[in-house]
Amino acid sequence: MADKLRAQQQLEQLQARYIGTGHADTSKFEWTSNIARDSYSSYVGHPPMLQYMAVGLGEPREAVRASMIEKMIQPVGKPPEVTD
Amino acid sequence: MSDADFEKIKRLQQERNAATAGKKGSKTFDAANQRTDTSTKASLTDTFDTTLYDKNGDDKFSGYSTSIAVNDDDDDDMEDADAGSRRLVGQYTATKDQMNEFARGATQEDDILMTREKQAQIASRESDYQKQRYDRRVLTPTRADPFAANRQAGVQEDGATYSEIMRLRDLEREEERVMKAIAEREANGEDVVMEHEATLKIKDTSDKENGESGATVDAASTRARKRRWDTSGDDAPAIAEPTEAQAKKPKSRWDETPVPGGAVQKARSRWDMAPSLSGATPVGSNTMATPIHPSQMMAFGTDVSARNAALSDEELDLMLPSEGYKILDPPPGYEPLRAPARHIMGTPAATSSLAGGFMMQEPANASMMAKQLPTEIPGVGDLQFFKSEDMQYFNKLVDGQDENSMSVEELKERKIMRLLLKVKNGTPPMRKTALRQLTDNARQFGAGPLFEQILPLLMEKSLEDQERHLLVKVIDRVLYKLDDLVRPYTHKILVVIEPLLIDQDYYARVEGREIISNLSKAAGLAHMISTMRPDIDHVDEYVRNTTARAFAVVASALGIPALLPFLRAVCRSKKSWQARHTGVKIVQQIPILMGCAVLPHLQGLVECIGENLNDEQAKVRTVTSLAIAALAEAANPYGIESFDNILNPLWTGARKQRGKGLAGFLKAVGYIIPLMDEEYANYYTTQIMEILLREFSSPDEEMKKVVLKVISQCASTEGVTAAYLKENVLADFFKSFWVRRMAMDKRNYRQVVDTTVEIGQKVGASEIIERIVVNLKDESETYRKMTVETVDKILSGLGAADIDERLEERLVDGMLNAFQDQSMEEDIMLNGFGTLVTALGTRTKPYLPQIVSTILYRLNNKAPTVRQQAADLISRIALVMKQCDEEQLIQKLGTVLYEYLGEEYPEVLGSILGALRAIVTVVGINQMNPPIKDLLPRLTPILRNRHEKVQENTIDLVGRIADRGPESVNAREWMRICFELLDMLKAHKKGIRRAANNTFGFIAKAIGPQDVLATLLNNLRVQERQSRVCTAVAIGIVAETCAPFTVLPALMNEYRVPELNVQNGVLKSLSFLFEYIGEMAKDYVYAVTPLLEDALIDRDQVHRQTAASVVKHVALGVVGLGCEDAMLHLLNLLYPNLFETSPHVIDRIIEAIDAVRMAVGMGVVMNYVWAGLFHPARKVRQPYWRLYNDAYVHAADAMIPYYPNMDDESLVRHDLYITI
Repeated sequence: MADKLRAQQQLEQLQARYIGTGHADTSKFEWTSNIARDSYSSYVGHPPMLQYMAVGLGEPREAVRASMIEKMIQPVGKPPEVTD
Repeated sequence: MSDADFEKIKRLQQERNAATAGKKGSKTFDAANQRTDTSTKASLTDTFDTTLYDKNGDDKFSGYSTSIAVNDDDDDDMEDADAGSRRLVGQYTATKDQMNEFARGATQEDDILMTREKQAQIASRESDYQKQRYDRRVLTPTRADPFAANRQAGVQEDGATYSEIMRLRDLEREEERVMKAIAEREANGEDVVMEHEATLKIKDTSDKENGESGATVDAASTRARKRRWDTSGDDAPAIAEPTEAQAKKPKSRWDETPVPGGAVQKARSRWDMAPSLSGATPVGSNTMATPIHPSQMMAFGTDVSARNAALSDEELDLMLPSEGYKILDPPPGYEPLRAPARHIMGTPAATSSLAGGFMMQEPANASMMAKQLPTEIPGVGDLQFFKSEDMQYFNKLVDGQDENSMSVEELKERKIMRLLLKVKNGTPPMRKTALRQLTDNARQFGAGPLFEQILPLLMEKSLEDQERHLLVKVIDRVLYKLDDLVRPYTHKILVVIEPLLIDQDYYARVEGREIISNLSKAAGLAHMISTMRPDIDHVDEYVRNTTARAFAVVASALGIPALLPFLRAVCRSKKSWQARHTGVKIVQQIPILMGCAVLPHLQGLVECIGENLNDEQAKVRTVTSLAIAALAEAANPYGIESFDNILNPLWTGARKQRGKGLAGFLKAVGYIIPLMDEEYANYYTTQIMEILLREFSSPDEEMKKVVLKVISQCASTEGVTAAYLKENVLADFFKSFWVRRMAMDKRNYRQVVDTTVEIGQKVGASEIIERIVVNLKDESETYRKMTVETVDKILSGLGAADIDERLEERLVDGMLNAFQDQSMEEDIMLNGFGTLVTALGTRTKPYLPQIVSTILYRLNNKAPTVRQQAADLISRIALVMKQCDEEQLIQKLGTVLYEYLGEEYPEVLGSILGALRAIVTVVGINQMNPPIKDLLPRLTPILRNRHEKVQENTIDLVGRIADRGPESVNAREWMRICFELLDMLKAHKKGIRRAANNTFGFIAKAIGPQDVLATLLNNLRVQERQSRVCTAVAIGIVAETCAPFTVLPALMNEYRVPELNVQNGVLKSLSFLFEYIGEMAKDYVYAVTPLLEDALIDRDQVHRQTAASVVKHVALGVVGLGCEDAMLHLLNLLYPNLFETSPHVIDRIIEAIDAVRMAVGMGVVMNYVWAGLFHPARKVRQPYWRLYNDAYVHAADAMIPYYPNMDDESLVRHDLYITI
């Protein structure tokens, strides 16, 4: 009982610190959103990678960066309707 | 038990009670320092034989004005201080401070006469001042909540409003005043019955905030126009009106205009004059020739108190028939009188206000005792304990009423009661669940029912620390949930919690702070102010003090700026000096509480209290100076500009003040000077130095302490030069403070040493030591000790470079003298000597023969402590002896120490071994005399000694020899030592175990691993776990020092022994081994893989757990070294263990998988993880997500390329497909 509680608290702490971590009830939507956001932030965070993509897309680097940051908002579409 | 037995026990108990009461200190009020004597010593001035001369019966000080009127009640800011700084009579005894030194605070000694139960109770540790909390009524009326959301204008509501409380406070003040006047009259022998004109006029006051919108209940209120915050809503002139009664008020004779008629009364308040006889006699009519002694006031048989005492329930049960009668509940709000006996005696009211709360012992009611305490409470279960005092709070739970017939309210009450009992008296798991239930249901229970039960429990006198802690915790949790519902109970909670703020226990103070800060966050600033405002000028100093502290907590919780306007108003209150005093005190407490966090608001806080430096009340001035000192201390080293405005009043004020006031001002000055820049500091120091020099000769202890502190603060500032100190300060300083008397008091001693060292930093070592070196030969030992300590500190800080030859000679001579003449061996002398020798370095050479002969002489002493100290001194000076090339002497010492190895006192033996070690270290193994081959065999039996100090020193010495010169002893001796070392692996101290393990390594290196390893492997079979663990560690160390291939074959061979302990031991050794060898593991991975395979598929889960930890260390060792195939193989074997539930096992498994991830890379391991993240079974998903989270936290970025491809179009990461 106590261990379960502690595990729960630890998980909450972890979640508060790292938003991308999940748990047994994480939905597909949440997980895929996190994947997409992490991916974009990774591309933006590695300048050589960003440069490579910019060349590949034939767009200025800053434009690619801006569009990626833009795409982090609802990267996999609208959240699913809450059904009770 | 027969009645006779019962009577006998009762009588004996009473005698014992009387005895303890007599021992518990005389409890007399001492007019000299205005507090009750809490010392356990018999007072010198008091009647010792209390059976003959009863002193509790009446107040023998009635008739005296108990204080000088300016200082009505004592201030506790300088608790050590004597209020009157000058005594007219010589002091022939130790000071009060000295006598009370062990009576309270940290140094307090336990009273051995108290029972253990009693000692555990908080109340028994409290000082009389702290006990005043019981005088406050907990059940102050519930307050109205004017800030409640749905409040309509003027609607009648339950709970006292602000103005009602304020009127109540005025009434209390008035009552206090009248009581004083009556007492005075009585003492004068005047007729007590007289008419007083009321000073308070009842006028209706309407609600200020809500009155304007039209009252719905009573509109017929006259509206008072003038609304100052510090009047209670009644018109102020009514109070200020000089009435007949007020003229009788005891006045300070300082500010009185001389009136011939008033002479008689004036004489009364002369505290320093012998009292006239009639006044001194306590009570009694003037017609009788002999005044009646208070104890005889009740003639024999006329004392009705016993007959009038309330009948107990048991007695009533006996008297009244059980049928036809019904026991009624007392009406709500009824509270039985606490101590009826006191009222019957008709003690003058003045007594209670003087004695600082005389505590009536809780009567140990015989009829109550006889009743058996229940062992189990229905619906609660087994409790840890149940005290008789608990019965009065929780009796409802055992009355056996049918719960079905109760109302919801009653049920709720019982539910809360049950939960509280579980929290207070239950076992830890019970407590936990009960606490959670209370917290979760707090809003359903409601604030009222909860606090009505919790708060009385907290005021119980027999409360113990643990219970208080738990109850406070309940309040804390409940507060959080209740939020603004708590408002009507704010004051009640404060009354209970405020005393925690002046508790001796640090943790209690912290808890109190936390509660009050949560409370203020829940109730809001406005409500907190309106709740605590009436207490700010409360008649009782105790209340004001605790309120000030609570306000400071509120300030730290809600921010200083929010409270500042209020504080400004309070500090400028025109109506009462008490309010100003409390206001300043709040400002004083804020920096104490918040430290440097006051810096942004420093300006505001200083402005707030600045004017009070010139207050007409001495007490306010004093507390203001203390507040400034506290602010400056917290602000150090910044914020001087905030103090600019008060510098002038402070410095000029310091010139005007005398006594305690001056001490406060000087303290403030002392804390401000370090903030200034050089030039100003210099100027202001010269300004204040005159006063300081004058006060050097002050007889007042407190003043001495303050002066010393200020001197050390001045000396350490940049602007004060060494020349100035030498010229102006040093001579006087040494003349007044370096006297024997200062060494007697512990605090003075400390302060003098610190200040001298501080001055020494400026003026140099020789200047100071020159002056004090003679004291090393003083006849007083404490004085010598004080000198040695000062010399020690100065030399260790400044070195001995500027000490000339002559001084050096005197110093060493004096130090030797002091060292030899000590009657109690203490570290101070040892440290002092050690520091001196180290500081002098090679200059010690001429004195070494003398020092060594002293040591040798003392090593031979009968007293063990002397021998121990001598041996300790050798280890301190060995290095310097070597520097001085005194090899001869060292050799001699070594030989002597060797002879003393038969020492029987373990402490001394430990020191001797330590000294030998020091000698071995400085001369080296080869030059050692006696030679190592003689020394080591003598050490082998000592290894068996179980004393910690001996073990520590021998193992260190043996380890050193094994490390540096193992060849000097033959292998067989080393093996013998190995066997002895195995026992050391069981030592309690980690340092010893570690040293033993390292020594195994050294020995193995010296004589080859085979023999040592055989010994260790055999030791894996022993029962004790700790021993096995340490053996495993030792094997690991041996493997590390002698290369793994010498150990691994034998170790893996041992795994074939079909015994669980051994196999586990082998695995554990492997785990340590791989941890220690790190990258070397790459050569052995394939060798151990079959063994690990076997271990990972074993039935026993501990086996698998240990194997997992081996895998972890192997994997971490071979990261990037090309062993991925083996690691993947091990991962395949590890992975099915993911569903283990035992916490230790699963932790090791996960760690191992994480480690393998490091070795084989993120992508491969994540392929295992994707499979289970969205598995239909939660039991599967959970551990998989744990793995995922660990990987994510560790290297989220590395996961990006490896995320699986999704089917959904919107989820495809097209960016990854870009190619050029």
